[in-house]
Amino acid sequence: MTTIAPVEQSPEKEVTQIEDHADFRLFGLAAFLVADGMTFAGFFAAYLTFKAVNPLLPDAIYELELPLPTLNTVLLLVSSATFHRAGQALRKDNAMLCQRWLLITAGLGLAFLASQMVEYFTLPFGLTDNLYASTFYALTGFHGLHVTLGALMILIVWWQSRSPGGRITSKNQFPLEAAELYWHFVDGIWVILFIILYLL
Amino acid sequence: MIFANPSSPEKTSERLQPTGWLRYFSFSLDHKVIGLQYLICGFIFYLIGGSLASAIRVELTSPISDFMARDVYNQVLTLHGTIMIFLWIVPVVNGAFGNYLIPFYVGARDMAFPRLNAVAFWLIPPAGLMLISSYFITGAAESGWTAYPPLSITTPATGQIIWIISVLLLGGSSIFGGINFIATILKLRQPGLKLMQLPMYCWAMLGTSILVVLSTPVLAGTLILLSFDIVAHTGFFNPSMGGNVIVYQHLFWFYSHPAVYIMVLPAFGLVSEILPVHCRKPLFGYTTMVYSIMAIVGLGLVVWAHHMFTSGTPPWMRLFFTIATSFIAVPTGIKFFNWVATLWGGKISLNSAVLFSCGFIINFVLGGITGVALAQVPFDVHVHDTYFVVAHFHYIVYGGSVFVIFSSIYHWYPKFTGRMLNENIGRLHFVLTFIGFNLCFAPQHWLGLNGMPRRVAEYDPQFTFVNQLSSAGALLMALSTLPFLWNVINSAMNGPIAGDNPWRALTPEWLTSSPPPVENWEGKAPLVNEPYGYGRSTKNPKSPNDGERDTK
Ligand code: HEM
Ligand SMILES: [Cu+2]
Repeated sequence: MTTIAPVEQSPEKEVTQIEDHADFRLFGLAAFLVADGMTFAGFFAAYLTFKAVNPLLPDAIYELELPLPTLNTVLLLVSSATFHRAGQALRKDNAMLCQRWLLITAGLGLAFLASQMVEYFTLPFGLTDNLYASTFYALTGFHGLHVTLGALMILIVWWQSRSPGGRITSKNQFPLEAAELYWHFVDGIWVILFIILYLL
Repeated sequence: MIFANPSSPEKTSERLQPTGWLRYFSFSLDHKVIGLQYLICGFIFYLIGGSLASAIRVELTSPISDFMARDVYNQVLTLHGTIMIFLWIVPVVNGAFGNYLIPFYVGARDMAFPRLNAVAFWLIPPAGLMLISSYFITGAAESGWTAYPPLSITTPATGQIIWIISVLLLGGSSIFGGINFIATILKLRQPGLKLMQLPMYCWAMLGTSILVVLSTPVLAGTLILLSFDIVAHTGFFNPSMGGNVIVYQHLFWFYSHPAVYIMVLPAFGLVSEILPVHCRKPLFGYTTMVYSIMAIVGLGLVVWAHHMFTSGTPPWMRLFFTIATSFIAVPTGIKFFNWVATLWGGKISLNSAVLFSCGFIINFVLGGITGVALAQVPFDVHVHDTYFVVAHFHYIVYGGSVFVIFSSIYHWYPKFTGRMLNENIGRLHFVLTFIGFNLCFAPQHWLGLNGMPRRVAEYDPQFTFVNQLSSAGALLMALSTLPFLWNVINSAMNGPIAGDNPWRALTPEWLTSSPPPVENWEGKAPLVNEPYGYGRSTKNPKSPNDGERDTK
């Protein structure tokens, strides 16, 4: 791939010019998120079936504390909104504002991860204690992995929009839009997860 | 929003690509190169998987396990199934022909995401090598291609984990490919080309890709849970820790029943391309074909538990899945009758491509009939996990998909290489394959009905003779590969020059040189609104069909 780059930069040498077409990378990402969503759907289905047909012994049942996960839900929902503001700012060519909202969003994401960690360390059960515990960690862990990736993506977008010849401007919004779509997806999954895991 | 994207790889100009045979070993972005990479790589794995199959058949010529130790037999069996499904049929009917043909069919210069496309391909060779080398290094997985727990969590862990990692990589490759196909078919179509004017293979690939995107991730998630059970000693699927093996089976078949359609729907599409050309007739019932494909996609997602009739499924579930499965026979039957009607009264040239396609139709009907029989609970509880099931699915995956792969190679080889294959050797290949295949798998129905279980190296001596018959068929199949190999290798160098359109076909890939230039067509892409207009005179003076009225 690196050998290709110099050729691309000298368009006069190009023999043929192939058509340009609309950018549908976002469409591709959406299709990928459908696939990713199906992974979660599989996990949810497994969890609900376990719950329905594999009742635990009474002493293994543990009521989850709600305050921390509720806080997490709020953190993520707010971060979806702040990300949206970042996008609006970018479209208005307000780079400073956009960067600020991006940082806030990433901060909220990291706060979510931190509070998730706190929850992990205070829970009275471990990964292999019983079926329920394993499923709990698998589901929240897999989601947490998504949040981590998302937070990284936001920080990369932020970094790119900061550099003077920044690649992310109102004319090249794709990286921001992609990260935003992904982030909303991760938030949506969390809401379902919160309902199924904590409230049901 | 339309803009020129500077780093857009759509600009596959000749200078960006390595040329000559070396490009087939490089990270090429050209969909035609990637397609052939899939094909050749797949075929190499087919040879490996085929050797394993021969080893299995050698072992089964005698009722005791003398050729291989029992655990080696299990490893060979697992490798055979996994290689044939994930490294041969799925990558070839989807990746190889899909990548080569779909951009032509939608009138594009390349796939929607060429770079993703190359990544998807290059996940395959390492995954395959890893899978195979596990046999030599640590011992391969032993629990079959289904990896059912608790077997898969009690057999040696290293091989199983390597198996899981390779299947995850291959699943990822398949998902990336699926996303690419959906985007290409829906978004990259040439202006003026309507969906209902697309060649049937596009519809088949659209349906398949929807299945891939919806079901493969579920398998991935399941295998991740399984690997936790193996490595971290969680108990998701471990009954001794309160886990539930049935949940694994549900999740696994939620992928793996659609997976059988991922293997056969593209083959349906390919046959629908090949038959009209060689019978000089339009494809019969285009619209019903499209709706049948979509019906199969929909139904295919809700029939998975017919693999679990003996897993203690409750009666309502048995009833539902029996009915849903039986319904699939309707759209499948529609497609069958459409192919027959396409052949009917046509000016058929009995070349190798047509022979293999007709072989497909015959075998597929037989496999379909045993499929409907298996969908009936009272019958299935008797023959589940016997050789009857083995016969059923080989009639469909081999007699169906593999026959179509060969048919497609005979049909598109002139386009791929610019040279013709030798027809007489091709017909010999067909005869050997057809006889060998039926001799190998037809007797297995009898074996299954009489109670010979599948997946074991030893059996009751009363089955010896029929097993030897089956092994003789396998030997014929193995031999049939030799003329084929000689034909493709020799013809690539010495075959007669094919010309642009040796079959006088109307679909867009033939309206360019053979092999096609990097940008697919010199100049503008042709707009083909009537890909099956055989036997009709067209207004286009350049159409290879012009003035032709050779159907009755
Ligand atoms: C008319 C359509 C079909 C019906 C009604 C049908 C029905 C069934 C049923 C009920 C089983 C389970 C048998 C058992 O394990 O007891 C089965 C197994 C199987 N079928 Fe089909 N089938 C159909 C088409 C196909 C197609 C198109 C393919 C592949 C392209 C296929 C591949 C398989 C495979 C691989 C298995 C065995 C899986 C295993 O246990 O390893 N079938 N089929
Ligand atoms: Cu099935």
